[in-house]
Amino acid sequence: MHRVLGDRRAILILLGPALLVYTLIMLVPMVWSLGYSFTKGNSIEGFTGSGLDNFTRLLDDPAVHEALWFTLKYAVIVTAGQVVAGYLLALLYVFFLKKASALVRTLVFFPVILPTVAVGLLFQKLFQVAPQPGPVNSLLNAIGLESIDFFGNAGSAFWVLIIMDIWRSMGFYAVLLFAGLMDIPDEVLESARLDGASGPRLIRHIVLPLSLPVLLSSLIFSVNGTLKVFDSVVALTNGGPGTGTTPLTLYMFQSSFTYSEYGYGSTIALLLTVVCLLVSLAVYRVSRRDNTES
Amino acid sequence: MPHRTIRARRLALAPAGVLSLALVATACGGSGGGTSAAPKDFTYLSVTENTTTRTALTTLSTSACKAENDALPLKVETIPQAQLDQKLQLLAGQDALPGMFAAGNAPALTKQLAKGGKVADIELELERLGVLDQLEPAAVSTIKALYGGKLMALPYEYNIEGIFYNKKLFQEDGIAVPGTWDELLAAADKLNAKGIQPFSASGAQGWPLTRLISGYLYRSLGPDALDLVDAGTARLTDPEYVKAAEEVAALGKKGYFGKGVGSIDYDTAMNQFLTGKSGMFYMGSWALANIADPKQNKIGTENVGFMPFPAVKGGKGSIDQYPSNIGLAVAFGSKTFDDKTGAWVGCIAENFGSTALKDHGTITGFKVNTPVKDSSEVAGTVRKTISGSKQNVLWFEALFSTKATTLSNTSAPGLVNGSVSPQKFMETVQAALGSQ
Repeated sequence: MHRVLGDRRAILILLGPALLVYTLIMLVPMVWSLGYSFTKGNSIEGFTGSGLDNFTRLLDDPAVHEALWFTLKYAVIVTAGQVVAGYLLALLYVFFLKKASALVRTLVFFPVILPTVAVGLLFQKLFQVAPQPGPVNSLLNAIGLESIDFFGNAGSAFWVLIIMDIWRSMGFYAVLLFAGLMDIPDEVLESARLDGASGPRLIRHIVLPLSLPVLLSSLIFSVNGTLKVFDSVVALTNGGPGTGTTPLTLYMFQSSFTYSEYGYGSTIALLLTVVCLLVSLAVYRVSRRDNTES
Repeated sequence: MPHRTIRARRLALAPAGVLSLALVATACGGSGGGTSAAPKDFTYLSVTENTTTRTALTTLSTSACKAENDALPLKVETIPQAQLDQKLQLLAGQDALPGMFAAGNAPALTKQLAKGGKVADIELELERLGVLDQLEPAAVSTIKALYGGKLMALPYEYNIEGIFYNKKLFQEDGIAVPGTWDELLAAADKLNAKGIQPFSASGAQGWPLTRLISGYLYRSLGPDALDLVDAGTARLTDPEYVKAAEEVAALGKKGYFGKGVGSIDYDTAMNQFLTGKSGMFYMGSWALANIADPKQNKIGTENVGFMPFPAVKGGKGSIDQYPSNIGLAVAFGSKTFDDKTGAWVGCIAENFGSTALKDHGTITGFKVNTPVKDSSEVAGTVRKTISGSKQNVLWFEALFSTKATTLSNTSAPGLVNGSVSPQKFMETVQAALGSQ
């Protein structure tokens, strides 16, 4: 084995094809997109160099600031919601439902496999006020409260989006964290119980530290997914009302493909890449430190 | 033969192999539609939502235009309207625009295509075919107003816009047809007091709300109100422009559009009016097809009236200046416009007006060469109004960029539900106008 891996040609043959495919479908488009950031124009009129114009515009564009703030706010809340809800569900599976958890696990996981558009339509109907009040507004009416136009206001539309995305993905994180909890040796739990730890104390002092690696992996998964949210926003609000629920991804898509500003769209894509990179690095550093501690 | 030589030959063969593969792939890739070869069919790229034009063209392909269809068969392709702009940009980038296509959601895109030489000069072609006189002058003038003085599209529809109202509800409440904005507000007050929603409008589409802003602007500031914004000599944030947004926002504040206007789609808004749940409905004359359909219209055609957008006291505009449009414009690709396509265009110019009116009740910008009886009293009123109108105006977003159009439409529900102030609404649209 050492001889094979010590041979440069062998390394080239083994890695070459994968590296070539990766370069062609990932790195080339990324570099290409970076190149577009320095141009203006579109496929109809052609492209011309614009220097750093797109970057200065990015700094001054209030729509970008609004979309970036929305993206970060959404990512923090949904990541926290997904991982916390998933962890609570995983604890429920392991410590309360135990072997009877299969059915509940399946039911909670079910929204994960539903198409996003279907979930978006479902939540539109659930929270609609017109033409007929949806179940949520009917419930509000039944307890004597006024109907709320959830999608008429950016604030309430944001919370519907949060609820929808947490509901949609908590089953996935529950299964992921469930697998992590299953890895905790029974002997450790048993000896902790014999030492008098039970309930919240057992979870806080034994289960939580031992499941920290999988929790941090979930965080990295979640934060990267939520920073790039696109489909659920398009399906539920399409970024509206106005631009009230427009994340960076949607603004990038609209700039490129609706407003034909490919150069500016690429610049927004670059900003999103930098944000994802910074957040991933931050979480990764924290995870390394915590791993050592635990 | 030494190993080194064999390996060198093999290495030399590798790039040759890659090159051959590339050549094979290029050959398999076809022309990409970018050639100027004669088209094999008369392809019409339409939007899924519009059924009238393609149905009428299909009818013509088996009747008046059968010979043209035999020479160049009609082939209809459809995509959802929301994806149209993207598709056109993609096709134009590949030089593969079809023979005839729905020309984008905002005139700005068609102007861009024309600038790139991708749209046929239809005026020149119609003149060459000797059928330019088959287009109604009012329709030609509307197209030219939209496309910077050029005839870039055919008027498969010609619409004027105004307010349809429920005559029965007006009579029951003793409401006279409003001639001024104040009278309109008084009529809305009366309807609202009786528990009837004064207006139905689709906030999901947005434009039925922004049309009220442009209506007010044209009446208060005159028919060039939005041309001045386009020219940059006026801004939407000027107080007299913001005033129009304030007036429309005030209607929403009073609840005149009903609950959750942002969630009301086009069909629901139409249904609200045609089932008597609302008293007034700002819409274009294309709604006549729905009004004539007894399955949709439960209040009866005899109970539907049509009035122009009312005057604003002290304003510079006049109520006989109707907003007009040609629906979703249809343009022609310059690369594929050959004699056979020309023959199709000539036949369409001579026959489309009668076929669309007879079969679908749609008023077009073509002359009606075979007399057709009006489907209802209101249809007659609208037709007379069109033929009698002397000066027409456009609509709020007509001269806006795609970005400003999108933001205007998506921000309109916020304007009427109070989550966006009139000043902020106009600032948002003005900023989008300035950014592209």
